[in-house]
Amino acid sequence: MREVLSMDTVSFAYETDEDVFVQAVADVSFTIREGEWVSIVGHNGSGKSTLAKLMIGLLFPAGGTVHVFLEPLTEDNLWDIRSKLGVVFQNPDNQFVGATVQDDVAFALENNGVPYETMQVRVKEALAQVGMSAYALHEPHHLSGGQKQRVAIAGALAMDPDILILDEATSMLDPQGRGEVIDLITELRRTTGLTVISITHDLEEVLLADRVLVMNQGRLVDSGTPESIFEQGSRLQEHGLDLPFALRMSELLREAGLPLTGDHMSEEELVNELWTLYFSK
Amino acid sequence: MSFAYAPGTPFEKKALFDINEAVPSGSYTAVIGHTGSGKSTLLLHLNGLLKPTEGTVRVGDTLITSETKGKALRTVRRNVGIVFQFPEHQLFEETVLKDIMFGPLNFGIPEEEAKALALELIELLGLPADVADKSPFELSGGQMRRVAIAGVLAFKPSVLILDEPTAGLDPQGRREIMELFERFHREEGLTTILVTHSMEDAARYADHVIVMHEGHAVLAGPPEDVLTDGTRLEQYRLELPRTVRFQRDIERLIGGPLAERALTEEKLAALIAQRAGEQGDGR
Repeated sequence: MREVLSMDTVSFAYETDEDVFVQAVADVSFTIREGEWVSIVGHNGSGKSTLAKLMIGLLFPAGGTVHVFLEPLTEDNLWDIRSKLGVVFQNPDNQFVGATVQDDVAFALENNGVPYETMQVRVKEALAQVGMSAYALHEPHHLSGGQKQRVAIAGALAMDPDILILDEATSMLDPQGRGEVIDLITELRRTTGLTVISITHDLEEVLLADRVLVMNQGRLVDSGTPESIFEQGSRLQEHGLDLPFALRMSELLREAGLPLTGDHMSEEELVNELWTLYFSK
Repeated sequence: MSFAYAPGTPFEKKALFDINEAVPSGSYTAVIGHTGSGKSTLLLHLNGLLKPTEGTVRVGDTLITSETKGKALRTVRRNVGIVFQFPEHQLFEETVLKDIMFGPLNFGIPEEEAKALALELIELLGLPADVADKSPFELSGGQMRRVAIAGVLAFKPSVLILDEPTAGLDPQGRREIMELFERFHREEGLTTILVTHSMEDAARYADHVIVMHEGHAVLAGPPEDVLTDGTRLEQYRLELPRTVRFQRDIERLIGGPLAERALTEEKLAALIAQRAGEQGDGR
C-alpha cells in the first residue's frame, strides 16, 4: 500500500517564556500507509496532540520533515494538503459554526468554493454515512455529544478526505456516545477503506486499530499491533492506557493467592483458566 | 420537588418530576443516569443555582422554594461547593494563587488565611510549588483542572458536588483525581455527591446511589442493591458495573453464589480466592 503520511526525525519545542523551550516532540519517525487505522496513545503531555498539529500543519517541525501524500508539508502546499485531510477535535461544542446540522456540514465545502448543486449532494451523502440524515435541519447545539461528533465527522467526510484524523474525538463523550462514534469509524473503514489516525486513550478504540504508536515524553517509544502492545501487561499504564479489566483481575487474583499461568486479556480466557485450575475438580 | 424551564409560558419544559430523595449527611452519594436524565439539573438545585418550580429543597437548615431570595442562597453557596464539568474553563485570574484565593476572599475569609490555605492546597493537590505565581493558562490541562478544584476546596465547603469531574482526563489522571476526592471526603468529613456516567466509579466510591431517568428519581439505596439490579438498570439504559458482571460469570460457572456481592475488583478477587480455597479443601 502506498504511503500517505510520514514523519522523519521530527522534533518540536514550545517556547513558554522568552528563550525557555519545552521539548514536546523529539526525533519521531513513522510511516502510515493507505487504508491503515493507526492509534496514537500516551499520557496527557506525552506529545501526541502536538503530533496531530504537526500532521495538519498547525505547527511546523523545528527539525525533520512531515510528508503528506509523499510531499513535504510546507506553508506553500498547506491548503492543498489540508483539503484532503478530515480532522475532528476533542470538544464537540467548539467546532460548530452553522445554525443547522446541514449548514454546518456544508461549511468547509462552501469555503472551498464547491458549487451549490454538488454541495447539496455531498452534504446529503455525508449525513447518510454517519446516520444523521433525520437531523439535517436540527440545531447542532441540541444534539447529544455522540451525535455532535458524528456531525463533525460528516463535515470532514463531505470534503471526501484521504485521511481522517481524530484528536481525542471520543474523550468528552459518555459511554453511549463513545460507542456510537467507534461503531461509525468501524463501519466507515469497512465500506470505504479510509485511512484513520486516532489519538486516544480509549482502550476499546485502540483494540480496533491495525497498529498502535506509543508516545512518552515526546518520543515514539513503541509501535506494533494492539495485541503486541497489550502483551506488555501492567506497562500499559505507563503508556497512558487503562489495563483491560481481565488483566487487572488476573493480577489481583494472584495477589490474593491464586497463581495463574498468564496475563489474561479477555474475561473469557480468565474465566476458563479459573475453571480449569480451581473449580472443575 | 419539581422543576420546569420557563414555567407558565408556551415554552414551558418540565425537567424534573416529583423528586423525593434525601442525601444522608456525611455520605458519598453517586447520582447516575443516562445523558438527559436530569442529573445535572438536579445538582443545580443543591446550591440554589436553580430553584424548584414546585416543592422544596432543603440544604442543612436552609429551605429553598421558588420564592427564596439572595441571603438564604448565599448561606447555601457558602456551604456547598460545585466542581462543574471541565472546571478549568472557569479559570480567569492572573496567577494560580489569585485564582484559588478568589472564592475564599469573596466569602470574607481574611487575605492571609486565604493565601496560606491556597498554598496548602497547591501542595495537597500534587501541584509543583512554583505554579503559585504562574498564569493558570501556562499549565497542562490536568494541572489546570487541579487548580480549578483547589479553588472550590479553598472555601472549605461541607458539601462537595462533583459533576463528571474526570471527563477528558487520561486514565492515570482520572484515578488520581478520584483518589484525591475520596481522601478529602474521608479526612474532612464531607458530604460528597458525585454525578457520573461511570458505573465503576459509583461502585468503588459511593455508599448511597440515586438513579435518574427521564427527570424522575427512579431508584435509590445502597450500591450493593442498586448497582446489582440488572433488570432495573437495563430499563434505565445503564449497564451493570464490570465487577458485578464478572461475578455473575463466575457464579454461573461454579453453579452458585459467592459469599457476598463485590463492588470493587479487590473484594471480588478476595471472594474468588476464598471460594477456590474452600473447593481445594473439600477435594
